[in-house]
Amino acid sequence: MMATSYNAKDEDGRVTVCGPGGGPLLRGKKPENTALKQQRLAAWQPVLTAGTALPALFAVGLLFIPVGVGLFVTSNNIRELEIDYTGADASSPCFSCSQSFSWNSTRPCTCTVPFYLEQPYESNVYVYYGLSNFYQNHRRYVKSRDDGQLNGNEKSLTEPSKECEPYAYRDNEPIAPCGAIANSMFNDTLELFYNDPNGTKIQIPLNATGIAWWTDKHVKFGNPGGNDQNLSAAFQGTTRPVNWRRPVYELDSDRGNNGFVNEDFIVWMRTAALPTFRKLYRIIGKKDNVVPTLPRGNYTLEVVYNYPVRSFEGRKRVILSTISWMGGKNPFLGVAYIAVGAVCFFLGVVLLAMHHKCGNRNGDGDISN
Amino acid sequence: VRVCTYACGCTYHPRRVDSRTIYVGHRSSSTNEAFIPPKFCDNRIVSSKYTVWNFLPKNLFEQFRRIANFYFLIIFLVQVIVDTPTSPVTSGLPLFFVITVTAIKQGYEDWLRHKADNEVNKYPVTVLEQGRRIRKESEKIKVGDVVEVEEDVTFPCDLILLQSSRDDDTCFVTTASLDGESNHKTHYTVPDTEKDLETLNATIECEQPQPDLYKFVGRMHIYKNDQEPAVRSLGPENLLLKGATLKNTQRICGVAIYTGMETKMALNYQGKSQKRSAVEKSINAFLLVYLCILVSKALVCTTLKYVWQGKPGQDEPWYNEKTQREKDTNLYLKMFTDFLSFMVLFNFIIPVSMYVTVEMQKFLGSFFITWDKDFFDPEIKEGALVNTSDLNEELGQVEYVFTDKTGTLTQNNMEFIECCIDGFQYKYRDASSDLDGFCVTDGPLNKVQEKAGREELFLRALCLCHTVQVKESSEQGQGQRDQVDGFGLDGEVLPPLREQRGFIASSPDEVALVKGAMRFGFTFLGLESKNMKILTRNNDIEMYELLHVLNFDPVRRRMSVIVRSKSGDTLLFCKGADSSIFPRVRQEEEGYRTLCVAYKNLSAEDYAQADAGLMEARLALQDREQKLMAVYNQVETGMSLIGATAVEDRLQEEAAETMEALQGAGIKVWVLTGDKMETAKSTCYACRLFQRNTELLELTVRTLEDGGRRREERLHELLLEYHKKAVQDAPTWSSANQDYGFIIDGATLSMVLNSSSESNSSRYKNLFLQICQNCTSVLCCRMAPLQKAQIVKMVKNSKGSPITLSIGDGANDVSMILEAHVGIGIKGKEGRQAVRNSDYAIPKLKHLKKLLLAHGHLYYVRIAHLVQYFFYKNLCFILPQFLYQFFCGYSQQPLYDAAYLTMYNICFTSMPILAYSLLEQHICIEVLLDNAALYRDIAKNGMLRWRPFLYWTLLGVFHGLLFFFGVRFLFSNPALQDNGQVFGNWSYGTIVFTVLVFTVTLKLALDTRHWTWINHFVIWGSLLFYVFFSFFWGGIIWPFLKQQRLYFVFANMLSSVSAWLVIILLILLSLLPEILLVVFHKPRGPRQVELRHIHTFPLYFTHSFSPRFIYLFHFLTVLPLFSLWFWSSLMEPIFNIFIRGI
Repeated sequence: MMATSYNAKDEDGRVTVCGPGGGPLLRGKKPENTALKQQRLAAWQPVLTAGTALPALFAVGLLFIPVGVGLFVTSNNIRELEIDYTGADASSPCFSCSQSFSWNSTRPCTCTVPFYLEQPYESNVYVYYGLSNFYQNHRRYVKSRDDGQLNGNEKSLTEPSKECEPYAYRDNEPIAPCGAIANSMFNDTLELFYNDPNGTKIQIPLNATGIAWWTDKHVKFGNPGGNDQNLSAAFQGTTRPVNWRRPVYELDSDRGNNGFVNEDFIVWMRTAALPTFRKLYRIIGKKDNVVPTLPRGNYTLEVVYNYPVRSFEGRKRVILSTISWMGGKNPFLGVAYIAVGAVCFFLGVVLLAMHHKCGNRNGDGDISN
Repeated sequence: VRVCTYACGCTYHPRRVDSRTIYVGHRSSSTNEAFIPPKFCDNRIVSSKYTVWNFLPKNLFEQFRRIANFYFLIIFLVQVIVDTPTSPVTSGLPLFFVITVTAIKQGYEDWLRHKADNEVNKYPVTVLEQGRRIRKESEKIKVGDVVEVEEDVTFPCDLILLQSSRDDDTCFVTTASLDGESNHKTHYTVPDTEKDLETLNATIECEQPQPDLYKFVGRMHIYKNDQEPAVRSLGPENLLLKGATLKNTQRICGVAIYTGMETKMALNYQGKSQKRSAVEKSINAFLLVYLCILVSKALVCTTLKYVWQGKPGQDEPWYNEKTQREKDTNLYLKMFTDFLSFMVLFNFIIPVSMYVTVEMQKFLGSFFITWDKDFFDPEIKEGALVNTSDLNEELGQVEYVFTDKTGTLTQNNMEFIECCIDGFQYKYRDASSDLDGFCVTDGPLNKVQEKAGREELFLRALCLCHTVQVKESSEQGQGQRDQVDGFGLDGEVLPPLREQRGFIASSPDEVALVKGAMRFGFTFLGLESKNMKILTRNNDIEMYELLHVLNFDPVRRRMSVIVRSKSGDTLLFCKGADSSIFPRVRQEEEGYRTLCVAYKNLSAEDYAQADAGLMEARLALQDREQKLMAVYNQVETGMSLIGATAVEDRLQEEAAETMEALQGAGIKVWVLTGDKMETAKSTCYACRLFQRNTELLELTVRTLEDGGRRREERLHELLLEYHKKAVQDAPTWSSANQDYGFIIDGATLSMVLNSSSESNSSRYKNLFLQICQNCTSVLCCRMAPLQKAQIVKMVKNSKGSPITLSIGDGANDVSMILEAHVGIGIKGKEGRQAVRNSDYAIPKLKHLKKLLLAHGHLYYVRIAHLVQYFFYKNLCFILPQFLYQFFCGYSQQPLYDAAYLTMYNICFTSMPILAYSLLEQHICIEVLLDNAALYRDIAKNGMLRWRPFLYWTLLGVFHGLLFFFGVRFLFSNPALQDNGQVFGNWSYGTIVFTVLVFTVTLKLALDTRHWTWINHFVIWGSLLFYVFFSFFWGGIIWPFLKQQRLYFVFANMLSSVSAWLVIILLILLSLLPEILLVVFHKPRGPRQVELRHIHTFPLYFTHSFSPRFIYLFHFLTVLPLFSLWFWSSLMEPIFNIFIRGI
């Protein structure tokens, strides 16, 4: 139907009949006896038969099962704790904050969520925030950014891309950073306190660097006029995004982590693949080998509740997790490897049995013995 | 006189539309009439399509008239106009590429045409104008100009020959560039024209230009000083065609009658009707399915989008507000644009690149045929010829072969074997001790003397009744004649000299007969100014004036000459096929090709009448053919039979082996011949088309007349009887049953096809077809060319529309060559017409075996795999993108980056399949040739039917699901790096895409059975290219990109162990079913067990594999996926408890 009349050859029909014989006529010339022209190129002709496939199946089985077990064990050894602090239930500590949310409120709403760590977290602990039902991968959202502006391009700073609409200008002033992604940056502040059994509340230091891709921080993102500039001057003539409380040059006191190269910002700008996602928030560095990073015990999570999710039925979580060589906790890979390995092995056995039986059928038929 | 008045009356008529009047030398014939030069086109040949100015618009228009291009243009425009997920570049770039490449190719071809046109149009010619010779450019020739042409020069337009430098008013012409016939043809000047062309005052009235090279009617009025104008008939023998070359003649003058685009050569430029291959039809059917998938995907997504948006808070959450323009847009318009957006997002499922690849495969693939040295024939120094590359794969699908007998199955190298004169048989023996080479094999010897007169008459007849020319090479001509003149009495010494004498004739029969007569002592010396010279046994030279030649035509199947001997007797000699002579003489059988010779003595009155009749018919402008035929039939009556000749035609080399191989390949061979039944039957036996145990079912005039009843009744009865025997009683599932052969002749066939009643006709036709389809071979003898085409058409349109192939060498096979799906011409002895009209031309019949069994088989497997693979790889490319819509709020967010979307079909996955489709030999050529039965494996479009299509589609769906959900499960925790950092949506897409590229490439690698270095190079090269490209693409901040989506995404992906592991897992899991299929594929049946060592191809697409197995395998491989899901949702908590317990 599409191709009914598609034929790049209907030109040629004319040409071929023009000349005597047309086409590649080789009158009086014997075709060359080359391997390519005679279709006799030396070729490897692999034969995939039961003989070669069966060992492969066993090999896959024998290789995948240990790898799978290794992955599964690794994944299970990862400590992970998820705390939902959306405040959807009335019993939840953040319920009031979630109810009384307003964009215009000047006084931040704080809530504290106590939790208990059953096991000590030995190595580095990674603090993630998680959002659910948040479509960071919505097309309108994904494209609503201006990478030129984020890279420090002066022109884009004052003339944000059209893609940023409707978050490009506010009161005729260009927004920096423009776009829906930047505008909706996660702005809850999370603080973690260890409730020492002796009653003191020790704040756990959270490291805000090293959470974004190195290349993003150092190449893809850059402040206008370089990172060492006086940022408030560099961002002169622009205005903060609609939903931000502070301008972009006040994101952090640390100059190397301020403006467009603020790592929280960079992390947020890497749009998530699925509507339920987590993003790295802070890292709790390991102190030494003797004391676990987070010992067993009671903790308090203090949240400055700024980020509304109730309007779209979203959820907010905090995740404390250790990390292994394969990343965060995910039993999928281990299970998958074990399953595939097992299936391969099982099929190998079945096939071997079948093959053996078939092979014997033509033989002396002496199977019963 | 009667002729004249009729003709004169005609001149003053207003010009009829179907004829044109030409004033020779632009001299008006009548002074009282205002001379209005009629408008004719100039002599410019324009084969080019474009000029510099109109190239761009015209070419673009032509290209976008193709629906596929138009479709992609629409998609592109939608992308430009509507806010769509992918940039217009993604579809614009491939389209631009295709359009540009095609435009360049067509532009180049057109430039070549311009060049060729100019060469022809600017060629200097000499025109005679008012007695002066003027040099002109060829394009300036006007109708009516008198043009002078010298030896070895091509005629610049269609000319009527007025004057020749040869004494006998003839000229020789070769039409090699028109129809490929390289023999010299004689053309004649218009009789009785004045030698002085300056004073010639004449008009020519002739038919309007028509493309038939061999037909021309016209007449010439010559005005001489107020006398009654003389009228001369003009026929093709007076017409010199543009494109033909003058030979053996110093110069000629002719008047231009058709010029430029109206010449017969130009009219023949129009291409043949396009034949479409079955594969192309399959592609279109699949395309339709994919279009449905595309539309339904877009519909599902659009519907779900609005359902989903109906829920509160989803359409426009606070973090993702719409622009004012979006808010203002009408809901229905929005729905429509959403639908279009989804179409654009999924449009890659219909791959533009497939067309390019298929075209390239066909074009490049056809070179293997021309390159094949096995097709090279040292005798004619020519290889195979490909006239169209569109039908390569059709060669692998042939179910019926219709072959001509003479020149195809047999060599058409006629040898005079014996003759029969008055009932006595004479055989020629090479080492004969008889003085005259005759040996009477039967009949009383004492009658030899009495018969001598008859013998001589017979031999004279053989010498006279033909259209053979003696080949004259300029320097040898005279010398050779001397040699001939110097024939001694000793016949033994001379044969080597005689062999040197070259005879040129349109049919080898004639040469054989003339040569045969020569062996018996009667030598034809040539035609000199209408006189035929023959050298008799007694070394006398006899002269006969050639009065008329009643040309041979396939309908009459005979030819005659009327000659006048020295003594003044007018004789008519006629020779022709026995069936056409016997009813015309007052009244033998052998397996040879027999021609009967008859004669009659014409009285003066008879001759006068015949002469008048012939003249009149020749002058007729309309229905000349029919009129001539009527006169011919009238003249060729009442003759007496002198004798018959038997000519043997040897079988072609390996004809029997070829036919056997074809039958072994399950191809039904039908022999369609104009020859008589006995000859054809013996050839069939010799070719092993009929075996000794073949039961022959005959349906010929003879069997019809057996019963003594009306023919029609008998036909009915026989058809039913044979039908019962061959169709109803035949066991359906056994191949070792009785072989049947069917014989039918032309007369009976026309009875079957054109029965008196309409209902009977279709019934007979069905019965006939069913019988034929159950017979191993069918012989149709006594066929007219049109009947051959009729049979081909009937089989072609029968149930199941089988693929037909016609092979022939002569002009009488052209109709069936054009009619069949694939037409093959043999570069034989009967000119080039068959070759010109064929799709493929081969030098010998034996080459058909390799052409079909090896080339055809491979082409089919290659292109079928190519097509299926293309649909498959685009399905599993787009399916994840479709699934992703369920996770991104139906927002048309593309899963892959634009660069990947664009490059997937162009760069990453195109080369391996192209290499595969050119080089694959799943079974090597020798094995294919040795085991003809392998051809049956792919019969009936076996690899492109719905089941294999369903298989590939399911495979694509399976892979697509696997890729998407595999990565989806991995991304349930996007913290995949060992530093705790997370991956975003572009990483997700890149992982899916990486798995995709590797899987589809490795899938092809698994299917490749023939790994040449090229395959290695492109397969591993493509994968490497993908990796390097991804690094490169993600390694730089591209200034021209608005968004740096992929910046370092690929490198970061590779730094994650989990990503590696999931890529390996998914590739392996995707390919597992393939591996399993190979293992499970058990050779079944004795034939396949035998071939087990070569049958390395996973034949899941053929009948040898039951679908049950396929579904089982899929179940087995889908199983791990389901178990994963099951495990992760249900089992995992339990498992965790268990682990914790430890």
